[in-house]
Amino acid sequence: MEGDVLVIGGGAAGMETASRISDFNRNVILIEKEQELGGHILKWDRLFPDGIPASDVTKNLKESLGSTKVLLGCYITSIEKREDSNFFAQLNSGETIKCSSVIFATGFKLFPAQKKQEYGYGLYERVITNADLETRFKKGEGLGKDAPKRIGFVHCVGSRDEKICNNQCSKLCCITAVKQAIELKQLYPFAEIFCFYMDLRMYGRGYEDLYLEAQSKYEIRFIRGRVSEISQEQSGLVIVKAEDTLASRPLKITLDWVVLMAGIISERENDYLSQQLSLQLGEDGFIDSVDPIQKTNQTNIAGVFVTGSASGPKTLPEVINEARSTALSVNEYLNKIKNG
Amino acid sequence: MVDFGFELSSSKRIDLDSFDSDLFLKLKAESGKITECIACGSCTSSCSAGIFTLVNFRKTILLIERGKNEEAIELIKGCMLCGKCTLVCPRGINTREIILSINQYYKKERF
Repeated sequence: MEGDVLVIGGGAAGMETASRISDFNRNVILIEKEQELGGHILKWDRLFPDGIPASDVTKNLKESLGSTKVLLGCYITSIEKREDSNFFAQLNSGETIKCSSVIFATGFKLFPAQKKQEYGYGLYERVITNADLETRFKKGEGLGKDAPKRIGFVHCVGSRDEKICNNQCSKLCCITAVKQAIELKQLYPFAEIFCFYMDLRMYGRGYEDLYLEAQSKYEIRFIRGRVSEISQEQSGLVIVKAEDTLASRPLKITLDWVVLMAGIISERENDYLSQQLSLQLGEDGFIDSVDPIQKTNQTNIAGVFVTGSASGPKTLPEVINEARSTALSVNEYLNKIKNG
Repeated sequence: MVDFGFELSSSKRIDLDSFDSDLFLKLKAESGKITECIACGSCTSSCSAGIFTLVNFRKTILLIERGKNEEAIELIKGCMLCGKCTLVCPRGINTREIILSINQYYKKERF
C-alpha cells in the first residue's frame, strides 16, 4: 500500500491530524492497534470543564476523516527510512506501507496504579482509579446503589514521583479530580468528599471557576498533603493517612471509597519504532521535539512528526489544535520534498 | 503511680472520623464563604497583630474545620479587629465577621 502520510495511532490526535492532511488532497493512511478508533477518550464519559460528552467528540472526529484510509487492529512490526526519503513500514497483517512522511500520534499510557502498592489498588475493592470511575459513570453505575457517605480523591498518583521514575506533572488530573468530585456530589448529594492534593494546578480557562464551585456550591473539601498509605478495615472501608501540611499534623480518615488520580506516563510500547528510526526520546520517555517552542511537532528525523500526547501530557483542546498545526507542517514538508 | 520520669503525650493527629464540627458548621451556615479559603496566607501576612503575637487567621479557620477549636481560638486572641485581612482576602471571605462569630460562639466579647 502506498500513501503520502502514515499516521500511527487512532486517538484524537491521530484522527484530527489525518483528517486535516486529507483536506490538502493527500493520501493518508491511519493505523490503530485496537478494533475501534478513539483512543483513551472512548473510556471517558464527560469532559472537563463543561461536561461535554466524550462520545460527541469521538463522533465528530470520526466523521471528519474524509478520504483517510483507516486500518484497524494494525500495528507496525518494523519501519525504516530509505535513502530516497521514503519510509517503509511492515504491518502485523503482513502488508507493507510506503509513504513520504510518518506521524507519531501514539499517545500516552495511564499510570498503572497498582505500582503504588501503598495505595492498595487491586487489593482493596473500594480503591479505584479515575479511569475506573469514568467507566462506572459511562455505564450509569456510579459507586453503586448504596449512597456512599465519604469519598476521597488522591491526586498525583504516578505523577511528580521519583520513586516510580515519573517526575512530570500529568497536568490533567487536578481538574479531572474536581470534575469527578462534582459529578459524584451530584449523584450523592449527602456524601462528604475530600481531595488530597500537593498543589492544585488550575491553569486553564474555567478551571479555577470549577474549583471555586467545588468549594462553595458542592462543599468539596481540599486537604493539602500527599497520602502516605491506604489500608482496609475489616468492614471493607478504607483508612487514609496523610499529613495535613497546612496544619502541620498527621491526619487519618475512614472513607467508603478512594479514587486514585492515575497520571499520564509515556507509552513505552513503541520504543522499538523510535529506535529503528533513531528518534530522540526525553528521559521521561516522551518523544522530543526538534525545537520545543516553534517546531513542537517536528522530530530530529526529517519526515517524522509527532503530535498529541506522544510528546507530553496535553488536554484535548491542546491535542486538537496541535494536530491541526501538525497537518500544516506535514503539508509544507511534502511540498518541499516534491519540489526538491 | 510510679514516676518513671516521663509521661505519654496526647495524640496530635487530626482524626476526621470523630471530631467536633459544631463551630465549623455554624460558621459555614452564617458565611458559606468559609469553605472557599485557598490557604494563601494573605490574611496572616497582612495582620499587624500577627507580627508580635500568635494571631494567624488562616490556621484558625483550618483548625476549626478540623475540629481543633481550642487550639484555633488561641490563634485569634491578639486580634484587634482592624479588618485588614478582610481587605486582602482574594476569595472575598469576610474574615472579620468570622472572628466576631467565633467570639459570639464562645459568648465572649473579645478573646
